[in-house]
Amino acid sequence: MKIGVFVCHCGSNIEATVDTATVAKIALTYPDVVFSEDTMYTCSEPGQENIVQAIKKHGLDGVVVASCSPRMHEPTFRRTVERAGLNRYMFEMANIREHVSWIGRDREANTNKAAELVRLAVEKLRRNAPLYAKQFDVTKRVLVIGGGVAGIQAALDAAESGIGVVMVERESTIGGKMAKLDKTFPTIDCSSCVLAPKMVDVAQNPNITLYAHSEVESISGFVGNFTVKIRKRATYVDWDKCTGCGTCTEKCPTKNVPDAFNEDISTCRAINIPFPQAIPKKATINPDYCRKIKEGKCGVCAKVCPTGAIVYDMVDEIVEEKVGAIIAATGYDLVDWTVYKEYGGGTYPDVITSLQYERMMSASGPTAGHIHRPSDGMEPKNIVFIQCVGSRDCSIGRPYCSGFCCMYTAKQAIMTKDHLPDAEAFVFYMDIRAPGKMYDEFTRRAQEEYGVQYIRGRVSAIQPTVRPDGRVGYIVRGADTLLGESVEVDADMVVLAVGVEGSKGAGNLAEKLRISYDHYGFFMESHVKLRPVETNTAGVYLAGVCQGPKDIPASVAQGSAAAAKVMALFSKPKLENDPQVSVVDIKRCVACGKCIQVCPYQAIEEVEIRGQKKAHVIETVCQGCGVCTATCPQGAIQVAHFTDNQLLAEVNALCLS
Amino acid sequence: MNITRLDKARDLKFKRQVEEESGQNLSTCYQCGKCTAGCPGAQVYDRQVSQIMHAVQLGLKEEALKNRSLWLCLSCSTCSARCPNNIDVAAVMETLRMMARREGWVQDRPIESFWKAFLDTVHATGRSYELGVMADYMGRTLRGWGNLEIAPMALRKNKMPFIPSVIHGRKEVARIFKRYAEKRS
Repeated sequence: MKIGVFVCHCGSNIEATVDTATVAKIALTYPDVVFSEDTMYTCSEPGQENIVQAIKKHGLDGVVVASCSPRMHEPTFRRTVERAGLNRYMFEMANIREHVSWIGRDREANTNKAAELVRLAVEKLRRNAPLYAKQFDVTKRVLVIGGGVAGIQAALDAAESGIGVVMVERESTIGGKMAKLDKTFPTIDCSSCVLAPKMVDVAQNPNITLYAHSEVESISGFVGNFTVKIRKRATYVDWDKCTGCGTCTEKCPTKNVPDAFNEDISTCRAINIPFPQAIPKKATINPDYCRKIKEGKCGVCAKVCPTGAIVYDMVDEIVEEKVGAIIAATGYDLVDWTVYKEYGGGTYPDVITSLQYERMMSASGPTAGHIHRPSDGMEPKNIVFIQCVGSRDCSIGRPYCSGFCCMYTAKQAIMTKDHLPDAEAFVFYMDIRAPGKMYDEFTRRAQEEYGVQYIRGRVSAIQPTVRPDGRVGYIVRGADTLLGESVEVDADMVVLAVGVEGSKGAGNLAEKLRISYDHYGFFMESHVKLRPVETNTAGVYLAGVCQGPKDIPASVAQGSAAAAKVMALFSKPKLENDPQVSVVDIKRCVACGKCIQVCPYQAIEEVEIRGQKKAHVIETVCQGCGVCTATCPQGAIQVAHFTDNQLLAEVNALCLS
Repeated sequence: MNITRLDKARDLKFKRQVEEESGQNLSTCYQCGKCTAGCPGAQVYDRQVSQIMHAVQLGLKEEALKNRSLWLCLSCSTCSARCPNNIDVAAVMETLRMMARREGWVQDRPIESFWKAFLDTVHATGRSYELGVMADYMGRTLRGWGNLEIAPMALRKNKMPFIPSVIHGRKEVARIFKRYAEKRS
């Protein structure tokens, strides 16, 4: 075998603390190495060309590049060797940047370590074999989990390109958080006016199958061929018959049900349609409150329903769908702000969240757009807004900025002045973060045009007091750090700009999708800068706030981006697997079945070969994780490209020579 | 610690009045602090110029008017030159000084006296007359010979002539003072 070694300077990244020329010289002494040199930027076009030429000139069978982490450039160099006619797996990478030059200053020690790492790579490469990918069919349908604006955009874009879409929404209507908003910044255009047509498009597009009031039960399979089980939670109403006329919701005698769509600032009936523009516009019974379901007495809705759609004994239904890709767009929930006892911890009726305030201002909300404080219905005069409630706060484990609160607070303050011209709006803020098109100008307008009083500082306490007229007031005490003094406002109402976290159940879903998620319930993208839409599981993409806080334009953009990724994936007639998968040595296999038990992908099956039971790996399902290899008592199952022999050769190279 | 009740103490009429008299829109100030950063008087101020601007924004009349900074201000206009929102901060300071005098809230009488002494000589001679300023200032403040040690040097360099030089347009300058007095009354 003839091996060529290329030691990269990476500018000064490696060369500054590693003598690459010496590493190249030492590499020439390793077995089978016939060519070795140091290069300035191996990944650059001339750098790659250099490898191609060396392969041709010296008749190399394999190449080692000692440079950076394989995470970024292993695919680059595999393509390079392929261009020169070698199999792409006849390539090894030694990481002498992240593992050497960036972490140590001692040039001599670094040089030695770099040379050792090159030795490992050479020893492994000597045992490499050409591998070839298998082709398999793709199911050209995509599952979109979550029907908020990001999911809607992704679904519409995918459907537009002819891809079948399965959308699963947990609530009984799509629209997500955006459907709850009154207006949107920085244009103050009506949220539902811009969203509702898109929701209608989802309902009417023949390429989209919508499962509302449903959840993803389980996911199996792999990129191109996922099988998804969807739990259609019982609605107790036959949606095929329900016309959304709303008669049931008028006649239902149970009126004390917290209205989740209105963020619990009002009540609804036990049978309910969340809002007039709901998609699908169908009634759903809340079994926790329905008297017929709980006590067997009532049945009013069934009596008044003109189409006989009420089914009190409905049960959950599981449906199975086959898709080739999945877009997670599960959005967010508000951080639990009741941990802040200084803001009343949820016990003061007139201290509300920004989302509750949105519902209050919305014309289709419970107060028909009139701002009345919850406790006594009084029209508030002084309204205090507190920003960063549950954001940028390490003490409650939420160190990040929720991104869009500054903007919606400015919007809500402006809207307050629109609704109640005599009201005064005070905003306590830490910093105003408005990096977007026309965003900073918008926050300036709130102050310059609408006279919203911004006070830079935190609020230390909200104290309820009884005023001389017998009404409750809230003394909001805080700091004005610009003035260097403590200040107080006697407020009628306080609106908290509560921060966001990944939606409830995001972790659970991440495990079903086999993707990573962070401490805050946000899904992890594949690369924070260069692969923000992809995940580390092939065929699973992200859109919207489920990946991290973002506003509506960014969520829509990411929805479109995710759809584009799916289109690119489906543009190929067949997909190729990664051939770094497990291979069974049937001579050694004793059919103990341990590998079948441990495989997390159900990629191993039992087959009969000449009357003998053996394990068999389904190559297109296997992800090459290696759990079976570690488990097999016979050493009969090996991951190609990472065989025991290859790994032991590396250990030997390090320890024995 | 003094706690300001914003909803009560806020005097938006005062803010509008300052804006009107100075011709500046105070709402455009976003409190970057560039005025304070460049102010040569900042080290002796009891309230920084950006804080004074903020006090006006909040409508806190006393905080804006009752401070020594207004009187220590050199009127150099560095603040105005550097303001990213094109606010003439020096004009706001000047407005506040006039308002403070009207309210009787001048926090540094000697400085005010010095200004008066200076203006008296300009009134009389059409330009400044150093020895006259000194005498007038001492008379107003009954302060003794505080800076007397610099007199010999100043005299030798002819920085303090005994006889005031009177300019041609003295009467026109005097008319400005007269017009101002009429306007105020």
